[in-house]
Formats: sequence, C-alpha cells, structure tokens
Amino acid sequence: MVDVDPPGAEQQAQQPLLQMRGIVKEFPGARALDGVDLEVRPGEVHCLLGQNGAGKSTLIKVLAGAHQPTAGEVLLDGEPVTIPDPVAALGLGIATIYQELDVVDGLTVAENIYLGHELARGGVTRRSDAARNTREILKRLGHPEISPHREVGSLPAAGKQIVSLARALSRDARVVVMDEPSAVLDSEEVENLHRIVRELTADGVAVIYISHRLEEIRQLGHRITVIKDGRTVATSLSVADTPTDDLIKLMTGRAVEYSFPKRPGVPEAAAPVLEVTDLGLGDVFKDVSLTVRAGEIVGLAGLVGSGRSEILETIYGARRATSGTVRLGGKRLRGGVDAAVAAGMGLCPEERKSQGLLLDEPVYRNITLSTFARLAHSGWLDEKAERAAAQEQVEALDLRPASVDRDARTLSGGNQQKALLARWLVHGCRVLLLDEPTRGVDVGARSEIYNLIRRLADDGAAVIVVSSEIPEVLGLADRVLVISDGRAVHDSPADDIDEHAVLDMVMEGSVP
Amino acid sequence: MRGRSALSGPALRMGGLVLALLLLCVVGIVTTGGRFASVGNITTLLALAATTGVVSIGMTFVITGGGIDLSVGSVLGLSTVWASTLSTQYLAEDYGWWVMVVTALAVGLAAGLVNGALVAYGKVPAFMATLAMLAAARGLAELIAGRRTQLVEVDPFLDTFRADLLGLPVIVWIFIVVAVAGWFLMNRTTFGRRTVAVGGNPEAARLAGIKIKRHTLYLYGLTGLTAGIGAVMALARTTAGSSTNGTLLELDVIAAVVVGGTLLAGGRGTITGTVLGVLIFSTLTNVFILNNIDSSVQAIAKGAIIVGAVLLQQWFAAREKATST
Amino acid sequence: MTSSTAVRTRRVSGAFIAAACAALVVTGCVSNEPRDEETAATGPVTTTDNDEPGDEVVIGFSAPAADHGWMGAITSAAEAEAEKYEDVELRVAEGTNDVNVQISQIEGFITDGVDAIVLLPFDGAALTEVALEAMEAGIPVVNVDREFTSPFAARTTVLGDNYGMGVSAGTYICEQLGDNPDAVVAEIAGIDSLPLTTDRSTGFKDALDDCGLDVDARVAADFTVEGGEEQTANLLSAEPEIDAIWNHDDDQGVGVLAAIENAGRDEFFLVGGAGSSNMMEEIQSGDSVVQATVVYPSTQAADGVKLARLIAQNKTIGDLASIGVPRTVQLFAPVVTADNVEEYLPIGFDS
Repeated sequence: MVDVDPPGAEQQAQQPLLQMRGIVKEFPGARALDGVDLEVRPGEVHCLLGQNGAGKSTLIKVLAGAHQPTAGEVLLDGEPVTIPDPVAALGLGIATIYQELDVVDGLTVAENIYLGHELARGGVTRRSDAARNTREILKRLGHPEISPHREVGSLPAAGKQIVSLARALSRDARVVVMDEPSAVLDSEEVENLHRIVRELTADGVAVIYISHRLEEIRQLGHRITVIKDGRTVATSLSVADTPTDDLIKLMTGRAVEYSFPKRPGVPEAAAPVLEVTDLGLGDVFKDVSLTVRAGEIVGLAGLVGSGRSEILETIYGARRATSGTVRLGGKRLRGGVDAAVAAGMGLCPEERKSQGLLLDEPVYRNITLSTFARLAHSGWLDEKAERAAAQEQVEALDLRPASVDRDARTLSGGNQQKALLARWLVHGCRVLLLDEPTRGVDVGARSEIYNLIRRLADDGAAVIVVSSEIPEVLGLADRVLVISDGRAVHDSPADDIDEHAVLDMVMEGSVP
Repeated sequence: MRGRSALSGPALRMGGLVLALLLLCVVGIVTTGGRFASVGNITTLLALAATTGVVSIGMTFVITGGGIDLSVGSVLGLSTVWASTLSTQYLAEDYGWWVMVVTALAVGLAAGLVNGALVAYGKVPAFMATLAMLAAARGLAELIAGRRTQLVEVDPFLDTFRADLLGLPVIVWIFIVVAVAGWFLMNRTTFGRRTVAVGGNPEAARLAGIKIKRHTLYLYGLTGLTAGIGAVMALARTTAGSSTNGTLLELDVIAAVVVGGTLLAGGRGTITGTVLGVLIFSTLTNVFILNNIDSSVQAIAKGAIIVGAVLLQQWFAAREKATST
Repeated sequence: MTSSTAVRTRRVSGAFIAAACAALVVTGCVSNEPRDEETAATGPVTTTDNDEPGDEVVIGFSAPAADHGWMGAITSAAEAEAEKYEDVELRVAEGTNDVNVQISQIEGFITDGVDAIVLLPFDGAALTEVALEAMEAGIPVVNVDREFTSPFAARTTVLGDNYGMGVSAGTYICEQLGDNPDAVVAEIAGIDSLPLTTDRSTGFKDALDDCGLDVDARVAADFTVEGGEEQTANLLSAEPEIDAIWNHDDDQGVGVLAAIENAGRDEFFLVGGAGSSNMMEEIQSGDSVVQATVVYPSTQAADGVKLARLIAQNKTIGDLASIGVPRTVQLFAPVVTADNVEEYLPIGFDS
C-alpha cells in the first residue's frame, strides 16, 4: 500500500507515549481482561484487533477512566498514572471516540465541543470565542461547512463523529482512541476520516484504532496488537509484514471450549416453515432469501452493523420491509409484530433489558407477556394459570432462582435469557428468532442455552440465530448465512465452512 | 437476596399514605374538634374529592401507560358546556336526563380518542398533543357557551345527581364505583396488564406482540371518558355548564396520581394510591378552610406535600433496589 | 349568547324582564333617549345638549377577552353606547388577554390616527408605555378600570370602586346585623393575588370594623363557578352557623348558590358583587338567600366611550361648574336590594 508510512528508525528509538502492562479487569463472575499489554508510540496508528467479546471495549474503557483495572498499570511518558474517571482521562490528554457517539443532540456543535469545559468568564459563556475556535477545529478536520451553531441532532452520523473528534482536538489530546469509527460511515466519509487520522499522527498524536476491516487496517495502521479472550496474543506486529492469514489465526481458536454435541441433520423432506424471499429494508439490507425447515437451526454470521439484527427484526415485522415477502407455513405474513406473534413467531431481542423485559415486573408476568391474554377469560386475567405456566417453564429450563414472583431485574443475564425463551415456549412457537442469545451470559449458562435451543429445534421449531461469535454460530446452526454489508454473501451447511473462512469473508468483504 | 416481604415496596408505600391521611384527620380533629369529624363535613369532603377523584382514576391509567393527559380539565369544561347547551337541554327535557349524561360522556370520549390518535398514530409527543387539546377544548367550550354560564334547568337531571343514596351523595357513589371498577381494570384484566407493559417497556411490549398503538388510543379514550363522567358530576354540583369548569384540574389530578405512588415515567400504577392521594389533598384543603387559613398558605402546603411525596417515592425506590440486588 | 339566556328565562318568574334586559345588553338595542353620562339608567335623568350630533369622531376601543360575563358586558355596553351616536365610529379590536397583542392594537390605532382611544388594559402597567405614545401623538386616551402606572398616559380615567364595593357590602351587612356583635360573617373572595380582591376585602373589613363586626371565615374562589361551589361547600362545613356572607363576584355566585342549595342552608343572607342579572332576579324573587348585590358597573367602558367623544369634540361635561372633562371619574358602587332592583335590572349583565 502506497499510503503506508511505517515508523522510521527515528521513531523506533522513541520512548513509548502510552504503555499498559498486565491489565486485569474482573467483573462479578467474569474476568474480562486477563493480562493485556499495549504499547503505543507518538505519531503512530496502533490497531487493536480481536473478535467480539475478546475484551477490546473493556480495555478502552479502562483507558478512558470508565473502568478501574483490577490489576496492572498504565504509564504515560513512562510515568505511572491512575485514571479515576473520564474527566481525568481527558486531563491527561486521552480522548475516546465511542462507537455509540456520545454527543448531546439538543446542543449546538460548539456547545458539544466545549461541553464540560465551557469557555467562560465569570460564569458567562464566551460564545463568540467558542464559535471561533470551533470553526478552526472543524476546518482542520476538513468540515468547514458545519456551522458551530448547528444543532448536533440534525447532523448525520458522520457529522456527529466529526463533532466527537473535534471535542477530542479541543482538549489537545495526545492519545485518541477510536472504536470502529468507520462502521457508521460511507466510503467518501471514510476517506476523510483517514485523512484526519493521518494529520493527527503527523502532529505527533497517537491513535488507537479499533476496526474489523482488514483492508482499512492495511491502509492506515502502523502496528497491531491482537487480543483474544482478554489476553494479548500478539503485540506490536508490523502491519506491513504480517499476512492476513496470520492475523485471523491469532484471533480464532477460543480458549473456552464450546461443547456442541453433534446433531443429526434435518431430513431433506422436512417441511419449510419459514420462507423469506428477496427481503429488503432500504439501504440496510437487500435481496435476502432464506428458508428454514421445521427442526432446522439457521445461523446468521456477520459484523455489528452488517444488517443481521435488522434482518431478524424485519422478518418479525418490527421493521417494515421495503421489498420481499415472508411466509410462515406457506401463508404470507402481513402487518406488524402482533401478526407475526399470532402466526407463531417469537423473537428474543439483542438488548434483553431494553427490548425484552419488564424489569420491575415479576418473572411470571414477563414469561406470560405474549400469552396472558390467551390465558385470560374474556378479559379477566387468570394469574393462577399464568403462574402455573411460568412455573412449569422455570423448572423445565432450570431458571434460578426458581421463584416466579421475583422481579425480572434481579435475575442474572443467563436467567433473563431463559425467561425470554420461556415466554416463547409458553406461546408454543413454530419459528424462533434469537438475536445474540448468549450476550452477557456467563460460560456456565451458555451451554444450557445452547442445549435449550437445540431442544426447541428437536421439538420441531424453525430457529434463526444471530451471533457475533462465529464459533457459536457454526457450532449451533445446521446451516450458516454470512452477512456482509447488508447482503448474504454465503449460504451453506455449517459443516462446510470454518471459523477462519467466515472471519475472512466478513472482514475482507466489509471494506467500503 | 430476599423476596418481597409483606412490608416492603407497595405495602409500605400505601402505609405511608394512609398514615399521612390519618395524620391530617388528627390535625383536623384537634384543631377544629367536632366540626371536622361531623358527618356533614366528611360528606362535603368526599363530595368535593369525587370529581377530581374520578378523573384521577383515568389519569392513573394514562400515566401508568407511559403517557400524560394535560387536557382533562378543559375536556371536562367542554363536556359540561356541550351537555348543557340549550338544544341538549331541550332534548333532555323531551327524552330524559340521560341525554345530557350521554352527551358529556361522548364529548369526553371523543376528545380522549383524538388525543390518543395523535399520540399513538400521529407520533405527537403526549405532552404536546394534550397541551394542544387543552387549548383547543377550552376555546371550543368558550365558543359554544359564548363565555356565558349555562344554567342547568333539567330538574330530573339535578334531582338524580344531587340526591343522596344510603346517606351519601350520588356523586360520591359514582366516585366509589369508578374507583372500584378502575381497581379491577388495572389489577385483574388484560387491559391493566397491557397498560403496565406498555408503560414499563413499550419496546418489549411491542416485540411481545402487544398492539401498543391501539392500546395507547384506548388509554387516552378512557381518560377522556372519565373527564366526561367528571363533567356530569360538575354539572350536578354547580348546576351550571361553564367554559371555566375544570380550570387547572389537570394539575390537581396529576399531583394526586403521583403522590399516590404511580410512576410518572410509567410502568407502575396504583388505583388505591390515587384514591388516597385525592383524599389527602381534599382533606388538606378542608382542614385549612376549617381553620380559616389563607389560600396562599394552602398553596404552599400543597407544594410541600407534592415534593415530599416524590422524595419519599425515590427513597423507597432506592431502598427497594438496594435490598433486591 | 341567546341560547343560555333563553334557558334561564324558562325558570325565573321575571322571564320577560330578563329577556328584555338580555336583548338590551347583548344586541345593543338600547333606548335612544338622551341620558346624562354619569347617571345612565341608574337614577334621575338630566339633559344637556351634549348628545346633539357634533364633529365626526373615530374612537379606537380595546379590552381584554370577554372570558367572563362582566367582561363580555363591558364591550357590548360600549358598542351599544357608540351605536347611539351617529357622529361616533367605534373601532373595536378583538378582545385579548395577551398584552403584546393589545399593545399592537393600540399601535395600530395610533397609525390609523383615530381621534380618541378607550382602553381597558389587560395589565395596566404593561400598556402604560403604548398609551403614553398615543398621548404624545396627540390622541387622548381614556383609561378604563385598570389604571396605568403613569398619570400622563391617560387624559381621563374611569374607575370602578373596588374598595367602595367592600365598604358598601360591609355597610349593608352592618345595617342588617348591627345589633348583634357576635354575628358570624363570611367572605368569598375572588383571586387573592389580584389587587382588586385585596381592595374589596380591605373595604369590607374596614366597614365591618366600624360596627364592631369582623370576618370570621374567608375563602377565595378564583372567579369560576366551580371554584365558587367548592370553596363555599368547604366554608359551609367550616361554619355551622352563619349570619351573613359577602360573595365578591356574581359570576362565581352561580356555584356559591349551588353549594348553599346542596348543603340545604338558609340561616344567613348573601350579598353579591358586580351585579349580574341572575343575582338581581334572585333578589327580586324575594325567597332567596340573596338579599343584595353590590354593583361594579359593567357600563364603565360605555362611560369611557361617551367621555372620549366629548374630549374629541372638545366639549365639556354637564352639571359641573369647571370646564373640561374631569381627569378621573370614579363610579359609585351602589347596593341593589329588593327595594331598588327594578331600577338596576337593565344594567345587570349575564354571567
């Protein structure tokens, strides 16, 4: 790549700007980071690579002061520092640009940039100074057309990212952490982003860049650190000298053994239950066709932002398809979620707490949320029947604690997921759509959930599973669709493809 | 980790409200003796609580369902005006007093359904949609009434609703019936369960297959209907329809509902709490007037009670969270 | 609106009088008989030649929104008064409770170059500045009811007498109860935050003081029917034995009467305030607790129109030795009782 400007000998000799040594972060019941090392030099783009759940997010949160490490040390200019909170991180010159952009929609561009360190004299904000500085920074970022007085909510995602970046620059940041910044941008905007990153590094700023797009890493990065299962598996590899194959090898192969008992294949004769034809949703995804037979588990693999969750939600009727049809048992589905549910479809959404559960309601009411009306007698609730139905599932799924009267809030992630599955078991689903069924679920509960999904399929349900964890998709599903940039780029039995190949497809295929 | 013990959460909160009400009664008895505790005074107190009470029951549903209805006061005003126009009263004289009742209920229900349609299908924020209705309904009421007070001349109507039944005014009985019906609707029916689900987590409710738009429409319709019932009661008590009827009622109603323990953010509603909230406020007013205390001081006391109740709610909520995790 | 009046007339015995009065006030078909400005319809009639047609004058008129009966009567009485003069063109701005709108209405009158302005401001202080502008532009302003903060902002000010209302009500109650110093007197005020309420209450208290009585119970009912009903219900509960009640405002009086009827009480007598026709009808009927009401004339703006005409035509007022229309005219707050109700019914307004 012509653009690559590997650090020269002069830089090699330089002292690292930032060092993280042996960082450990423990959460109750889980060790998210188990000894991570990172070394970043001034003026370099240091890429952080790792699969979903490897610990990248936790690591940058430690750096941003959002998490406190359980062990390990952070050195800046060779001096040990503590970062008790995000304000302290900014004070040290460490700015983080998160994937979910943390800008305030209701404030103007200038107000966002100076949020928390307003230019003020005697309590009165100096709006004109702020506006002038903002204009300068935006010009430097290649976006002089954005007015400092524009409300941020009216900007597209790329614009918001520029505002986030401008905020970092307004603080004279020396280390800028960017978490998948190109995921929300189109190709032209990605070009601009790359230009900005290069300008930053030319000024001696160190950029820690997280991306799943290998080609982007090749264009932009200098060195790579690979994380897997909360550990550094390779540090400071030269981008230019490391073949893609090696990188993928480093990222794959999990330390945690998933046990996926072999399942007999679904007989060819099994009737198709769910038929999706040429489904599309605006710019998000196009021409997705798939068929799920009774007893079959189909997995959708793809990166965050590839459109996999949207595909599930569109099949379910939670989003209105712009093209294509969905048939359940041969009958075309029209209308929203309620029609899909009535036809025997169920969805366990990605965000259990915000999309799935009534956290302050007892477990049994969560389990019967789709069925209480059916259990009721002409409008009068039958709580006895509800409790009995819930209790039966709680016992069958070994949901702990086994009380159906506790608030859903008090359950662990795995048990919350079981409660959602129980909801659809009571309903008696013919098609079950599972979005990230094991996110936030501890290892022990995972295999229970896998077994449960298997059992549901064995009982004749048609299941679609979406997961960021490729081994999970491969192990669980009978058939795998690989989704990249809103298109199904691969469709085969799960046995015909391996983790390496999937990763290769989603990472290479996602270059804008 | 403990389960819900008998004295935690809702039970404790209700206990606090009952205690506050008893405390007010004790203050009333101590400061005014027999005047507070007299049958006549208690009847008056209940009759005054009745109109606000009925509308508060409706408001409890809409707030529990994650919404708010600022228009109840002016919808009540509009209903009293519409139900007491010359033509309505002529019809009522010819066909019976129920014409006025049906008119009031229909106007309330219709206004509520308009609110609901705007919020559910027009995606207008509840605050704005009902604020618009607040202004529009009041304006329409003024237009119809020509800003005059319309006296109710239909004697059978007045005789029916101004009468006593088993020692209590009829309008107090209406409050009791609406409250009891509201309690069953909230706690024992699928309608109530949907309300809690839609208010607690609309996305979860939607993804579970609940028709949240239609339910939202019903919720505002119900609240409008209670405003219509309130209008019948106001007509009976004041013997007049006026576009000023129900002025600022929405504030009293929301205050009573929130003080009663219904979560302003939605997802938890208590009819019992609302009834207690209404009684607390009307007892407060009554005790203050019995002691001939300045209306400005009353207003301050009302404000203090609202703030105190919300602080107490938050304290309970924090404690509950602390004991459950 | 005629619908509400018609409903009312079917109940009262004096149906004919009420309908006639409503027709007078609402449609403006007031008698063309020349009357003296200060005593219009309220007493002895004197004649001057002031009503003879003079120079054509254009008078701008602005008042708050007619959101209660009294305010509605203000505008209709002013219009009716202007109607009587063929030399007066009255430009009536749409009633509004938004001071900014009212200010722009006055600015419009200034631009149009009207000959005089009659202004009942929603808020006297807020309209002072624009009234000053008009005066500086040479347009005389007649200020009605709510006073400006600058004496230069108006050529003439026509005021009701809020303090005097309280005094009249108090004095009447004193006359009725004078021999009983332990008598229980109650007061149902309007909106406590308004200066006019404070004035009325002060006058009432001062008059009662004079005869050794005091206010034993007081509530504020916010000028609405509903408020009147609620507050009175509580008041009656609080005081099991009452001798006299003064209610500041006849608009809320409908609710007050409903509460009294509800409670089945009649051991006291009630004095009203403002002078609505249905209170006067109650007085006339003789079997009501309402024995009297204190008038707060709804004809003040009509007086304002008459004075504005005289000022614009450079005439002076009759029956005064001095030359020129007076700076301030404060209207009398008479007590209407069964003895003189016939006389006042024509100026009663529909609540």
